[in-house]
Amino acid sequence: MLLQQVARGCCQLKQLAAPASLGSTWRHLTAHTYPGELSGGIHLTEEQLGMQALAHDFAREQMLPHAAQWDEQKIFPVEVMREAAKLGFAGLYVPEEYGGSGLGRLDGSLIFEGLSYGDISTAAYLTIHNMVAYVVNKFGSQALKEQHLPQLASLDKLASYCLTEPGSGSDAASLATAAVPVEGGWLLSGSKAFISGAGASDVYLVMARCQGQMLSQQEVDAAAAEGASGSGAGSTVGGGSSSTNGAGGSGSGAITAFLVEKEWPGVSFGASERKMGWRSQPTGTVNLDKVFVPAANMLGQQGSGFRIAMHALDGGRINIAACSVGGAAYCLDYAWQYTSERQQFGQPIGSFQATQFKLADMATGLEASRAMVRGAAVALDEQSPRATLAAAMAKRFATDTCYNVANDALQLLGGYGYLMDHPVERYCRDLRVHSILEGTNEIMRLIIHRQLQRLDYHHLV
Amino acid sequence: MSKVLVAVKRVIDYNARVRIKPDKSGVDLTNVKMSMNPFCEIAVEEALRLRESKAVDEVVAVSLGPQQVQETLRTALAMGADRAIHVSTEQQLEPLAVAKLLAALARREQPLLCLLGKQAIDGDNNQTGQMLAGLLSWPQATFASKVELDKAAGSAKVTREVDGGLETLSCQLPAVITTDLRLNEPRYATLPNIMKAKKKSIAKLTPQELGVDVTQQLVTLQVEEPAQRKGGVVLGSVAQLVEKLHKEAKVI
Repeated sequence: MLLQQVARGCCQLKQLAAPASLGSTWRHLTAHTYPGELSGGIHLTEEQLGMQALAHDFAREQMLPHAAQWDEQKIFPVEVMREAAKLGFAGLYVPEEYGGSGLGRLDGSLIFEGLSYGDISTAAYLTIHNMVAYVVNKFGSQALKEQHLPQLASLDKLASYCLTEPGSGSDAASLATAAVPVEGGWLLSGSKAFISGAGASDVYLVMARCQGQMLSQQEVDAAAAEGASGSGAGSTVGGGSSSTNGAGGSGSGAITAFLVEKEWPGVSFGASERKMGWRSQPTGTVNLDKVFVPAANMLGQQGSGFRIAMHALDGGRINIAACSVGGAAYCLDYAWQYTSERQQFGQPIGSFQATQFKLADMATGLEASRAMVRGAAVALDEQSPRATLAAAMAKRFATDTCYNVANDALQLLGGYGYLMDHPVERYCRDLRVHSILEGTNEIMRLIIHRQLQRLDYHHLV
Repeated sequence: MSKVLVAVKRVIDYNARVRIKPDKSGVDLTNVKMSMNPFCEIAVEEALRLRESKAVDEVVAVSLGPQQVQETLRTALAMGADRAIHVSTEQQLEPLAVAKLLAALARREQPLLCLLGKQAIDGDNNQTGQMLAGLLSWPQATFASKVELDKAAGSAKVTREVDGGLETLSCQLPAVITTDLRLNEPRYATLPNIMKAKKKSIAKLTPQELGVDVTQQLVTLQVEEPAQRKGGVVLGSVAQLVEKLHKEAKVI
């Protein structure tokens, strides 16, 4: 088992992935204190400091030594993630009664910041898994929660989030995956693209457009109950025999969230994409060909799927931004160490003002990003009306800024930065996608502007 | 209720860069990351395993020093210790003072076992466990790489790492055992346990209440960094080597 192979406890045995060229001072890589104990003026509680330390230690000890191999060989480290799940990292927002950790968004942001210090790609997958577990807990029926949450919290089951399609990315509301009503449920048909965990995950949160008449919640519950009790003569979910396609409607009003299981007939997966980064996660197309989804697997109300998807993304965006912060922190630490040792022109390159200015700017950008991420997390925890705004701003700012920090770190490493012998290039490759997914940073700007208008700009900035 | 008392020390993190104060009076600890001594972590883990195997009922973590040692106690509680004791003092503590305090606590708590790390990575003294056993007149088994408790027989079988290899002792309980590196791999705290630790108690005591005088008996004259490693020299003959060892290194 991986864990037994990684010794904990004594300095002689612990090794970071140290390149030969940097000599014996490598173990000073991790900074004096865990990063950002007072970022953004947010005082962390003793418990939060403990969580932060735990995530950081786990990342450094269990993820960092293997991350290069996972990236190069495209290994999805399920075993290590299961070890993380034992510590509570897979069910962060799931209540304790279902085996989760029952934590908040600020707690989550600290944890993902810590985990991504060791491996952004794996930490990012865990943010997605947690996002789906959150949705199942918040919008699923009691039966669905009991069926899935404990296994999601233990990572016995992995989860994926399926909103994007080949034809609808930023224009998510124009998605085309259809849910045709049949007896006891719906038949889902369509394709989802760029799905993290595709093929590996056991459950998929799928947003699909319901065709036919929209039902009241009671009608759906009744169909679900009949389905559960196994009585064959259940009523059809949806309208009568005639196709009333139009009543489903275009726009977001008919979009509904479903939990689809990997093994169901009609579910298939495209080949895993060959990506620039996030290579320790399989990413691919999820194809649904008349997949029967029982009514019990609908999450929330019929027609509320788009709202659910967007609500989930508020938290998801904060977590992706937190991953950016953690990854960039590692790059800054690495570059700091490197520039203190690499000598040119008779002195360490860290003694040149240009280097010092660059490091100063990197640290400033990182600190600002961290403060925004934590501030947004607090806003979401408090269910503040500014939470969506804060999350979009934090995501937009932190993902761009932290990518630049990593890129600057690569530059500071010079030629070595370009080699895979040093991890910085992997962090750059991993971070690049954060400005694109969970809503492009262009879409973040749309959201920011819309929120500013909605919330009355003058009181916000 | 049978207990195991585990002493834990808050030390500079094994990963942190050690800097000496400019006046050479000691190590500069301002803003430096502090953690539980790695050997103490191993001791806590062993105590938890003893409880899980039902050899003992309760794991009590102890730390001595200023308010900040409570962080280390919380870590022990988050790993799974049942309760903690903080002996509060601002005094710089030496191994003998620590041993005296732990002895006083052991007389109060009557544990089946005192588990300590073999040494702390700041002092590297490797004295406290041994002194504690001496003060209590309890058997000691230091540098443990394996511990087996026989509750019924009231004894422990301990494998020790010694220069010559491995030595296995049997000793009557109560006893003092100090942990070595290969005894176990400490567990991580879990998120639920971190939250539960908040509710576990940390009792506060002072040296005075324990009737122990912790006045320093040693004065640190100076702390300095080890000499910078100089480059080596390739020598031409044994005679040259002997001359260098005699004249420059002054070891013969």
